[in-house]
Amino acid sequence: MDDSTKNLIQSHIDANEVCLFMKGTPDAPQCGFSMAVSNMLKILEVNYKGINVLESQPLREGIKEFSDWPTIPQIYIKGEFVGGCDIVKEMYENGELKKILGDKGINFKK
Amino acid sequence: MAMDIKEVETLIKEALPDAIIEIQDLAGDSNHYSATITSSKFSGKSKIEQHKMVYNSLKGKMGNELHALAIKTKEQ
Repeated sequence: MDDSTKNLIQSHIDANEVCLFMKGTPDAPQCGFSMAVSNMLKILEVNYKGINVLESQPLREGIKEFSDWPTIPQIYIKGEFVGGCDIVKEMYENGELKKILGDKGINFKK
Repeated sequence: MAMDIKEVETLIKEALPDAIIEIQDLAGDSNHYSATITSSKFSGKSKIEQHKMVYNSLKGKMGNELHALAIKTKEQ
């Protein structure tokens, strides 16, 4: 990964409290896993930024290296990598997602 | 680009010998799997670390030969 890709990823994470690297956009997800995470955030009424990795091949590959995580989607909350679809789904179901959002001071539907 | 269910299981078993592994072929296409893995090696580790252990056991196949593997990890 070159420095410009790394800096771009870091700037997305810094600029957005809840940042979702996904395939497609929140309005038009291009993959079921990205859609699932996007929908959970919508249900919780979280204000999040979706970054479409399909728009850039360096970004699509770079984010995997950046997070040391082989799959997309990936969610960052306040700069911290929280997980991919499976982990977020599990956290959504057991209430941990609400807890982490609350702990980090992110607004969501309680 | 698909992977046999046995191969997935064998690779995980190599890395986590005590693991109890349940794998489902979700779509019948040898490309969309769901795996529940129970191992004592997960204890004291975060979910991210647990999933990384499974990804590492698949030696880079995740996201390549293997398009979709939903993972659920449990501590023994």
